[in-house]
Amino acid sequence: MSVLRTAGGFSLAYRPRGLAVGAGCAVLALVAAVFAIGSGSGDYPMSFGQVLRTLLGTGDPADEFIVNDVRLPRVATALLVGAALAVAGAVFQSVVRNPLGSPDVLGFTQGAATGALTVIVVFGGGSLALASGAVVGGLATGLLIYALAWRQGVHGYRLVLIGIGITAILTGVNGYLLTRAQITDAARAVLWITGSLDGRGWDDAMPLLVAMAVLLPVVLIGCARALHMLEMGDDAAFALGVRVERTRLTVLAAAVLLVSFGAAAAGPVAFVALTAPQLARRLTKSPGPNLLPSLCVGAALLVTADLAAQRVFADRQLPVGVVTGVLGGGYLVWLLATERKAGRI
Amino acid sequence: MTGTDTGTGTDMGAGTDMGAGAAERTPDRAAPAHPQGRGAVRLRGEGLTLGYGQRTITEALDVAVPDQSFTVIVGPNACGKSTLLRALSRMLKPSAGAVLLDGTDISTLPPKRVARALGLLPQSSIAPDGITVADLVARGRYPHQGLLRQWSREDERIVDESMAATGVADLADRLVEELSGGQRQRVWIAMALAQQTPLLLLDEPTTYLDIAHQIEVLDLCARLHEEGRTVVAVLHDLNHAARYATHLIAMREGAVVAEGDPAEVVTAQLVEGVFGLPCRVIEDPESGTPLVVPAARRVR
Repeated sequence: MSVLRTAGGFSLAYRPRGLAVGAGCAVLALVAAVFAIGSGSGDYPMSFGQVLRTLLGTGDPADEFIVNDVRLPRVATALLVGAALAVAGAVFQSVVRNPLGSPDVLGFTQGAATGALTVIVVFGGGSLALASGAVVGGLATGLLIYALAWRQGVHGYRLVLIGIGITAILTGVNGYLLTRAQITDAARAVLWITGSLDGRGWDDAMPLLVAMAVLLPVVLIGCARALHMLEMGDDAAFALGVRVERTRLTVLAAAVLLVSFGAAAAGPVAFVALTAPQLARRLTKSPGPNLLPSLCVGAALLVTADLAAQRVFADRQLPVGVVTGVLGGGYLVWLLATERKAGRI
Repeated sequence: MTGTDTGTGTDMGAGTDMGAGAAERTPDRAAPAHPQGRGAVRLRGEGLTLGYGQRTITEALDVAVPDQSFTVIVGPNACGKSTLLRALSRMLKPSAGAVLLDGTDISTLPPKRVARALGLLPQSSIAPDGITVADLVARGRYPHQGLLRQWSREDERIVDESMAATGVADLADRLVEELSGGQRQRVWIAMALAQQTPLLLLDEPTTYLDIAHQIEVLDLCARLHEEGRTVVAVLHDLNHAARYATHLIAMREGAVVAEGDPAEVVTAQLVEGVFGLPCRVIEDPESGTPLVVPAARRVR
């Protein structure tokens, strides 16, 4: 731990390694973002210089359209969704004290999908309605899980098991909704459910950006230190003067909202919320929720995954959820195998 | 003369040869370490009714923790001793009555302010994965810190002192999960110490430790008490309680059965009454405090 002290008795504690990981991933994310803007799906390659010039507003008009209206919103959405999901995952894993207590596993993303599918199938709404549906679905799932699992305090495995049950139910509901859908709606729904950044515009990114501008300070500045204390158990945190219930409700509500808005923007992108905090923790090697490093890892992860999804197969683009699903699923299996060796799970 | 020379409650006359021992012991016993006696009381419970959900554990309980005492709460399993400690540390909200800290209802005080006056070592604390000893102890400074005052020089000094006082300074950079049970318990105590509270509450600090580590932890508590802190502990072992406490509170079925100087309180009658254990009470040859020796199983 290092400290920055100023005159007047102010001091700021930070971990150099955590900071380095965060900065490294932020740089990686930005480089990948610029690269993604430059190459896109490969149809209209631009040089690095062209991209930078266009971003600074001195490019030619054709470049400007491609960059500002097509590729930049997509990349921005990827960065934001990755960051939002990662922070939400870090919060959940910290509160549940279990890597499996991540929003993917607990059914929040499925809940958001149910909300969005209902909008697509029943109301046939546009992208704003779809996003609202996802947010409502995510929040409703949060309330349901709270009612079923949270009242008597957090018991990690109980929560995970109830979450798995709810995920299964919601998957069934989603399947049913798909069978009821018109063929065109179904195609749109399936693409959304897999998690896709295809054709994302600014109106997809803006609601998420606003939500993050409000929620991230609440979590990162308002609750991060109390969240550290909570990891030692409710009693120990309480003994240190943490308002346990208030802190927990605040961060969880914020996390559910982040996941829901993230899913609203890009669909329930698989496993980022699970993977990013775990990667961040292994990189920083420090205890605690690692919120800021997780955020940067998540952003980098989703931008690179989207880049890969566009570039790996020359003749077809994959939804980004396929890539994160394969990577994240593989990572989860690896995690379970090694943790088992370490005797933790 | 106190009642310590009474027999075991069996008719075997086991108690009759104890009179001499008890007579010797009382004058031998060192004077209580708090000459100021029952004067000031910062922490007390008044009319406490405590329970979990529908189950009531104690009713209208009055209890006071004498300042500068090493108060130990003893009693059989499920007598409410941990429940009482949880209430005293504001972990459990009483359904009636109140815990008063310096005369104010503790539940109305800001949590951080309470945490600067009253430290607690809970029974179940989780050391986060991959945390070092120094980092864990540093978390004890939380109630003294804020968003713009995250780590002052004073914090640093107090953490160093706390680790030195508990003998874990050499372990500062080790991972908590690598330590032995006794070392780990000292680290947790160091964290509570770093809180710098005049009152320190410990919930069964010796549980799961072997005998040597139990004594090590209790010696540490005794030293913290001698340095001027008020220490309150729940202990399972009556003999440890009798040896270390300056003020003993014996509970049974949610009520305080006896309290006071262990030399006066710990009698065979009391032990039989509280624990239902026939025994003799002799003088501890090491410390001169009461020593409970359970009656041997009689074979016909």
